[in-house]
Amino acid sequence: MFRRIFFAAVLGGLVAGGIASAVQAVRAVPLILQAEVFEEAAGKAKPHDHAASATHDHDEDAWAPADGWERTGYTLLFNLLAGIGFGLLISAGLALSGEGGWKTGLAWGVCGYLSFVVAPALGLPPELPGTEAAPLVSRQLWWTATAAATAAGLALILIRRGAIGIVLGLALLALPHLVGAPHPAEQGGAAPPGLVREFIIAALVSGLVFWLALGASTGAIYRRLAAA
Amino acid sequence: MPTGQTLAAVVVLKGEASRWPAFAAAFLGVFLIFGVGFAGPSVIHNAAHDARHIHAFPCH
Repeated sequence: MFRRIFFAAVLGGLVAGGIASAVQAVRAVPLILQAEVFEEAAGKAKPHDHAASATHDHDEDAWAPADGWERTGYTLLFNLLAGIGFGLLISAGLALSGEGGWKTGLAWGVCGYLSFVVAPALGLPPELPGTEAAPLVSRQLWWTATAAATAAGLALILIRRGAIGIVLGLALLALPHLVGAPHPAEQGGAAPPGLVREFIIAALVSGLVFWLALGASTGAIYRRLAAA
Repeated sequence: MPTGQTLAAVVVLKGEASRWPAFAAAFLGVFLIFGVGFAGPSVIHNAAHDARHIHAFPCH
């Protein structure tokens, strides 16, 4: 059983990660590269801001992939790993519900997109490098709690059902947004607002393609793999 | 020949046991997601940088 869950997720993750990487190369990745030009210019103009920023705790001398094929290769690698990771959640869900097939998988993919992209993005929109933001750990906590609450809320509404399930589920969907995402004291960033808007759309589109491909392919492969 | 009671116990045990592969897979998935999205070391951050931004993980 574990092998079936595992291999459906690995193959589905490879399909979705590959497709998403191709989609990202068109719009989202070029926008990140453009934003880095602004970020670098801002960093040179105001070195004190950069040093004082609590958000920059990274070692500037650490290894980073070289621009070009190396950087693209690592983005592909981490898209594939993200695909396998999220795919494991979908195939585990398929195993627990005892269903498979691309349509069921697609429904799980839509719920994954709502939980891991749309709900967190309502409070913390996808960010270009060089954007002012609240401390990293507080945002990671809010992101994780929001994704978990949204997934649990959707499960209560769609799987448990009934009046109690729907009421509790809606409450869980709303809760993270009533608490509110952590925001920096000063809004703004190095990149112009037009670029920021374009990136949010590009990331949301890439995420949608990733999750639909992940759900449908994991569901289809899960059905095809005979129960072990 | 199992009695009705032991048969019921076997069925319950099998039902419980069959959930563990799914729980193990989900745990592995969460581990991978946190590694891709949140792992702290600069080397992992730099390699995963663009993927983190596009998947809307909080980065930096």
